[in-house]
Amino acid sequence: MPTDNTTNNKTTRRNLFRKGGLAAGAAVVTGTAATLAAKGRSDGTVWQIDPEKCIQCGNCATYCVLDPSAVTCVHALKLCGYCDLCFAYFSPGFEPEAGIEAPAVESQLCPTEAIKRRWIEGPHYEYTIDEELCIGCGKCIKGCNNFGNGSLFLQVMHDRCVNCNECSIAEACPSDAFQRVPANHPYLLKGEDH
Amino acid sequence: MPILVALFLMPAASALGAERFALPKFKSGYELPPLEVPPAASDALEYLDVAALAAALALASYLALRARSRRALWVLMAASLVYFGFYRGGCICSIGAIQNVVLALLDNGYAIPFTAVAFFVIPLAVTLLFGRTFCAAVCPLGALQDIVAVRPVRVPAWLDHGLGLLAYVYLGAAVLFAATGAAFLICEYDPFVAIFRLVPFTRPNAMMEAFGGSMGMLILGAGFVLVGLFIARPYCRWLCPYGAMLRLLSRASKWHVTITPDECVHCTLCEDSCPLGAIQKPTTDLPRPDRLIDRRRLALLLILVPLLLAGGGCFGRYLGEPFSRVHFTVQQAERVRLEETGQITGTDDISDAFYKTQRPREELYAEAGAIRGRFDIGGTLLGVWVGLVVAVKLIHLSVYRTRTDYEPDRATCLSCGRCFKYCPVERKRLKTLKGEPTTP
Ligand code: SF4
Ligand code: SF4
Ligand code: SF4
Ligand code: SF4
Repeated sequence: MPTDNTTNNKTTRRNLFRKGGLAAGAAVVTGTAATLAAKGRSDGTVWQIDPEKCIQCGNCATYCVLDPSAVTCVHALKLCGYCDLCFAYFSPGFEPEAGIEAPAVESQLCPTEAIKRRWIEGPHYEYTIDEELCIGCGKCIKGCNNFGNGSLFLQVMHDRCVNCNECSIAEACPSDAFQRVPANHPYLLKGEDH
Repeated sequence: MPILVALFLMPAASALGAERFALPKFKSGYELPPLEVPPAASDALEYLDVAALAAALALASYLALRARSRRALWVLMAASLVYFGFYRGGCICSIGAIQNVVLALLDNGYAIPFTAVAFFVIPLAVTLLFGRTFCAAVCPLGALQDIVAVRPVRVPAWLDHGLGLLAYVYLGAAVLFAATGAAFLICEYDPFVAIFRLVPFTRPNAMMEAFGGSMGMLILGAGFVLVGLFIARPYCRWLCPYGAMLRLLSRASKWHVTITPDECVHCTLCEDSCPLGAIQKPTTDLPRPDRLIDRRRLALLLILVPLLLAGGGCFGRYLGEPFSRVHFTVQQAERVRLEETGQITGTDDISDAFYKTQRPREELYAEAGAIRGRFDIGGTLLGVWVGLVVAVKLIHLSVYRTRTDYEPDRATCLSCGRCFKYCPVERKRLKTLKGEPTTP
């Protein structure tokens, strides 16, 4: 127990140090909080892929912390040519003579048969993506970009994505295509205005 | 076959969105379906997170400082582990939020989420008031380690202090990489987040995820858990960068947990009760014979400080170059340069992505050069910081402090309350509180 003078002095000196530290700490913490508040952009953000940058490297299918990935293919039908011989649907070796009405599984490009094909009229077919099946590998998109209209593209689906602070795919993306976007405009869709 | 093959041989002519095939004019009355995408989750859950954080902190502080109940703290800690850890997947957390804050302070284009600010600031403020009650019962990373610490052994003080410096180094490195926009190190190497995500609370395929991209992280996490069986809270003590900040603030905190609110009777019973070795012995009342030597050593150290800072700075500058390669743009520029000079033939994904933008190479090189410059400065600063940390530690070790009682070291004590029950004074106090008879 503090009895002699030196100890008392020491104790008060230490208390003084502590008080100074407390004041300094409080100043730093409130200062940081105020600066951040003044920056004034406190609404949430989510990850999204810029389709113009994405090169369909395949990492989206494998690097997400979720399995299947939170990334799936999206189809902007208004950009689509409704082609009968779709470059996203058929694998390159497909021979139309084999019958394009009911193509065999091997002749489909998508590894999970996630692209659904429906006849509309004449030589025109509608292609839609079954998001439950799509694993975000981007194979179809490559086909469509190279030889078709580029109406397919990858997007982070926000009913799946858990919004990691640092997206694992973003880290692995070779084209820097991942970016944070405002949560109230969570998609970067081709053919739509932003 | 002929048509399709011909088309496939066609050079991939132009960029994206080339409308090679016009949208047909449908005659059958077919309506173009609208493009539908699921909306982002509402903010409500994030506000709930912040409310839960504030409530848990208030409760933890009350339980540690007023109610002084280890059992209640343990229950709260387990609840935090379930909610912030397993249910919310360990993201966002206060530790990672350091990086968001750094980025927000330096990069005006970065919009920091409200939750990140709250998770960063609130525990700091609470620590200034009550000590590290956040670590005691709120942080899910701490909670996981606390629960698995079944057979903690005592770590020699010198080793504990030495390894403790790593946290400051890690903090400095995390700030550097976040500030340069290169990476979020803390998130990338969070050892426990992969474990949190294993539990299929919200995602049916969660068990599968372990075999996806996060396998490496899972192994790291398992390693920490194994070590944590015998060494209490290894990440908290030696690595956690947020913990490093909390140590500093806790030293100055207005109030702090005590082993007993009454008078310490120097019974030595609590001496070994802390699994973190945070309980300090009283110093002897006798004047120390070696004070003079201490003074000399201190003077010598003070002379050494500038040397440490300068040495650190030089070394750090040297590290700036390799560190900069973590940045995406630098990697891309290096690859493109190698291809341009013919040292590598053929392209890879990274260079393809650049060529696709059709930007001039010089622009990329200039951008990468600017980033390297920032790393030179940042690396130097990181080195100075490490030098400073070492210097402060050495000085701190050579300053003689008087302590009259057994008391927790405010920096390393996490306010977990394990020591309470070892103190006979405290036990007597509790009995009196409950109205039980106390034996003299
Ligand atoms: S990782 Fe990037 S480039 Fe690769 S598919 Fe995903 S968004 Fe596209
Ligand atoms: S090919 Fe890949 S990206 Fe395209 S629909 Fe199939 S799974 Fe999805
Ligand atoms: S933020 Fe996480 S869940 Fe979402 S796409 Fe990236 S890795 Fe997957
Ligand atoms: S030291 Fe870090 S990891 Fe440990 S409880 Fe505190 S904030 Fe959490």
